[in-house]
Amino acid sequence: MHEEIIFAGFGGQGVLFAGQLLAYTALEEGRHVTWIPSYGPEMRGGTANCTVVVSDEPIGSPVCLHPSIAVVFNNPSLEKYEPLVKPGGLLIVNQSLMVAAPQRADLEIVLVPATEIATEIGQVRATNMILFGALLARRPLVRVETVRAVLQDKLGARKAHLHEINMAALERGLAIGRPVFSE
Amino acid sequence: MAVELLKGNVALAEAAIRAGVEAYFGYPITPQTELLEHMAQRMPELGRAFVQAESELAAINMVYGAACAGARAMTSSSSPGISLMQEGFSYIAGSEVPAVVVDIMRGGPGLGNIQPSQADYFQVTRSAGHGDYHPIVLAPASVQEAIDLMVLAFDLADKYRHVVLVVADGLIGQMMEPAELPPMRPLRAERPDWALTGAQGRAPRIITSLELDAPALEEVNNRLQAKLREIREHEQRYAEQMVEDARLVVVGYGTAGRIAQTAVRQARREGMRVGLFRPITLWPFPERRLSRLADRVDAFLVVEMNAGQMLDDVRLAAGGQVPVDFYGRTGGMVPVPEEIYEAISALYRKLPDSARWGE
Repeated sequence: MHEEIIFAGFGGQGVLFAGQLLAYTALEEGRHVTWIPSYGPEMRGGTANCTVVVSDEPIGSPVCLHPSIAVVFNNPSLEKYEPLVKPGGLLIVNQSLMVAAPQRADLEIVLVPATEIATEIGQVRATNMILFGALLARRPLVRVETVRAVLQDKLGARKAHLHEINMAALERGLAIGRPVFSE
Repeated sequence: MAVELLKGNVALAEAAIRAGVEAYFGYPITPQTELLEHMAQRMPELGRAFVQAESELAAINMVYGAACAGARAMTSSSSPGISLMQEGFSYIAGSEVPAVVVDIMRGGPGLGNIQPSQADYFQVTRSAGHGDYHPIVLAPASVQEAIDLMVLAFDLADKYRHVVLVVADGLIGQMMEPAELPPMRPLRAERPDWALTGAQGRAPRIITSLELDAPALEEVNNRLQAKLREIREHEQRYAEQMVEDARLVVVGYGTAGRIAQTAVRQARREGMRVGLFRPITLWPFPERRLSRLADRVDAFLVVEMNAGQMLDDVRLAAGGQVPVDFYGRTGGMVPVPEEIYEAISALYRKLPDSARWGE
């Protein structure tokens, strides 16, 4: 297994955290992993993205031109990364902030109304978990149970009250992302 | 100790702490600020010295002072800040006291930007300050190697009473990767026998870089050069992969070397006999091994995040025996494996039909 995943969106959408959660979880499951942010001078409101490489082999390059998976949280990121994903790759799109639907026929595309669902469940900041859930439904890179344990650990006692809502968001994403084999 | 997901800058700081650094002096600059930030929290917790200096000049001179007093001392910065420290490096080298410096390089010249770069190769390997010497320069390519080399840096600095630079770039500084920290070493119980400790009950010691008498200063230089020869003899370090049957060897250090590894593997899958040589010490440059490779390979391709600086060292090691080609990005641009692969295949196509060194 070797996947190169780009998470991209606005600063403040939990883009970097989604990538870190995947990285921590992959490490917990004994995989090789790298996480790098595209860092800039701005802290919030600008563009934010990170690249996570998860592999069964030691990782050479932590950067890539053509990721096998892109998770795009907003429209500028969709415009930027749709053309770059490897043919046959996976594109997870936050449909709530999408202006025009992606056009590529050689990608597996999942549209997720993530911001709407997050608002509906009362935690707009869980948008990242919904998109992450959709990703795991299509590419089970890590087990949901491990995510649950790692998230609990990372939230710590101070933010423990956010665990359930984040896991609920992840479950919603998983449900939406799960492939439908028959109508 | 357990494997954890660690950010490069934090790993460097914590590794220095575990290696027994007693005093840290620094001034914030992106992309190395997390290193200073970690020190700001941890050093006072451990009862050790942390000073945010008023400038990089002050920071390096504080390191100089602490080193003269026999403390394990360090600073860290990024390219423009390292430029400001040049004078201090030279005084430290001239005084023969140990000091460790981390340079998380960024795009230049000038203030440049905060993106990853390897543009300081000349500056750090040639002398890092005026005078006639080289510092020891270590270049990690992963978070784990950053930790290991940070510990080694303190040991080499003490062993040779010399300046040691650990140079990485914003990518390694900002990257998170699984790595294992070493156990905490106890702090040194006694000061070294050359340190300035107050001269109570013993003859005074003098540490200086000033010597106005030319023959005497030449003696100082002779001693320094003898030490550098010893370092050159014993401390050349490198990593290599798939060079045994390689016709083309890619040479790159740090981030560029690591990204090149992916391109080299790709080239191997396409049937090209390509290997990777990654210098770990930039000074002393691992010239012995590279010269031996030059006896049998058909070409070298140097990959750097600058316009071609280590290229000169590779050419010297190759001694004109084989072509040395170059691929680089500048200005904080990080090459992706695809473009390095293209450079490899373009050069590989130009190789003569038969290998210099058997089939």
